[in-house]
Amino acid sequence: MSVQDLEKIFQDKIEGEVRIEPKDWMPEKYRQTLIRQISQHAHSEIVGMLPEGNWISRAPSLKRKQILIAKVQDEAGHGLYLYSAAETLGISRDEMIEQLHSGKAKYSSIFNYPTITWADMGAIGWLVDGAAIMNQVPLTRASFGPYSRAMIRVCKEESFHQRQGFESLLVLSKGTEEQRTMVQDAIDRWWWPSLMMFGPHDTESTNSEASMKWKIKRFSNDELRQRFVDMIAEQVKLLDMTLPDLDLKWNEERKHYDFGPINWDEFWNVVNGNGPCNKQRLDARKKAWEEGEWVREAARVHAEKRTAKNKQQAAAA
Amino acid sequence: MYGDYGDKEAPTGNGTGKTSTNEWPLWEIFIRSKQGLDHKHVGSLHASDAQMAIENARDVYTRRQEGVSIWVVESKYIHASNPDEAESFYEPANDKVYRHPTFYDLPDELTHM
Repeated sequence: MSVQDLEKIFQDKIEGEVRIEPKDWMPEKYRQTLIRQISQHAHSEIVGMLPEGNWISRAPSLKRKQILIAKVQDEAGHGLYLYSAAETLGISRDEMIEQLHSGKAKYSSIFNYPTITWADMGAIGWLVDGAAIMNQVPLTRASFGPYSRAMIRVCKEESFHQRQGFESLLVLSKGTEEQRTMVQDAIDRWWWPSLMMFGPHDTESTNSEASMKWKIKRFSNDELRQRFVDMIAEQVKLLDMTLPDLDLKWNEERKHYDFGPINWDEFWNVVNGNGPCNKQRLDARKKAWEEGEWVREAARVHAEKRTAKNKQQAAAA
Repeated sequence: MYGDYGDKEAPTGNGTGKTSTNEWPLWEIFIRSKQGLDHKHVGSLHASDAQMAIENARDVYTRRQEGVSIWVVESKYIHASNPDEAESFYEPANDKVYRHPTFYDLPDELTHM
């Protein structure tokens, strides 16, 4: 069969909402696009543990500490589901980790911002996980089977993340003046970076067209961003707080909220490595990898020894 | 482009399929969600041996009481049918409608069948 024929069969499957599985024929660019997207998504989950891990030892109560640990553990699990999905495309785990450490593969830029106060934990759950869910729910229908299945699992667990975040802010918002100030400050700092999580404007977004045609992506960056703004603009009222955007206003004609321009210079600056925490995050990942080497090695040797011992015993019996 | 990764390069990842010799083997994980149901494939993970695979599977796939039993199988031992031959391989079942109960046209008066 010619490549054109194979491509036609492939595209027909996509149009017919038939999922593509790892051993099926697929265009090389489809495979590469998925490897890139899934591995970067996995890296984001893993690096995303760092800003929150920062507060585990300083959570204000045992209850909040338990919740935060559970959430961070979930993120590790999400990273693992996604790494496994990427591995079905033929890239090894070590190769992906290598790409993260060398800077060849990126992770979500949101995690290059610092977590300065306890209210940041609530703001991350509500805004950052909220934006992530908005992006991820359509991915549960992505055309590649293993990615779609991983995302179903992730989305199921992510809902608790967003709810605990909002609840935590709600409690603070009913507290002292100092606590209320802390909440508003966290919202002010996380709002714009959260909007940037949806990526560049549709007109600026490379690769989007192919991803849409292949049904890896189902909605455009701007569509999802607008949905997020509409949702949060209402929810923030329950906290009796404001979003830091003077242009934010309900547009009766569009039936959507209008909002102010995003600072794309800041966005590209963080993407290109100059955000407040880029170096710190990557250094932490590399350190964890290097310092874990002896553990990986020890487990490997232990397994080998045990296998040899079992064989010996079997031979003797 | 998806999200705020912001990479402007061409898609990366050579995906040569080379497995580094340092990597722990890959295991496929099957979970029985409750007594009386089948074990179902849920995903995979790396572990140095079966014991570690089971323990890691417990931590990764049953954090919310999703399982009461775990099977792990090293991925290299899974044999699969070939998707390229799926059409001919499953073709024999296509023209045997008489294997389905709805094939038989029976009078309405006939009950309990």
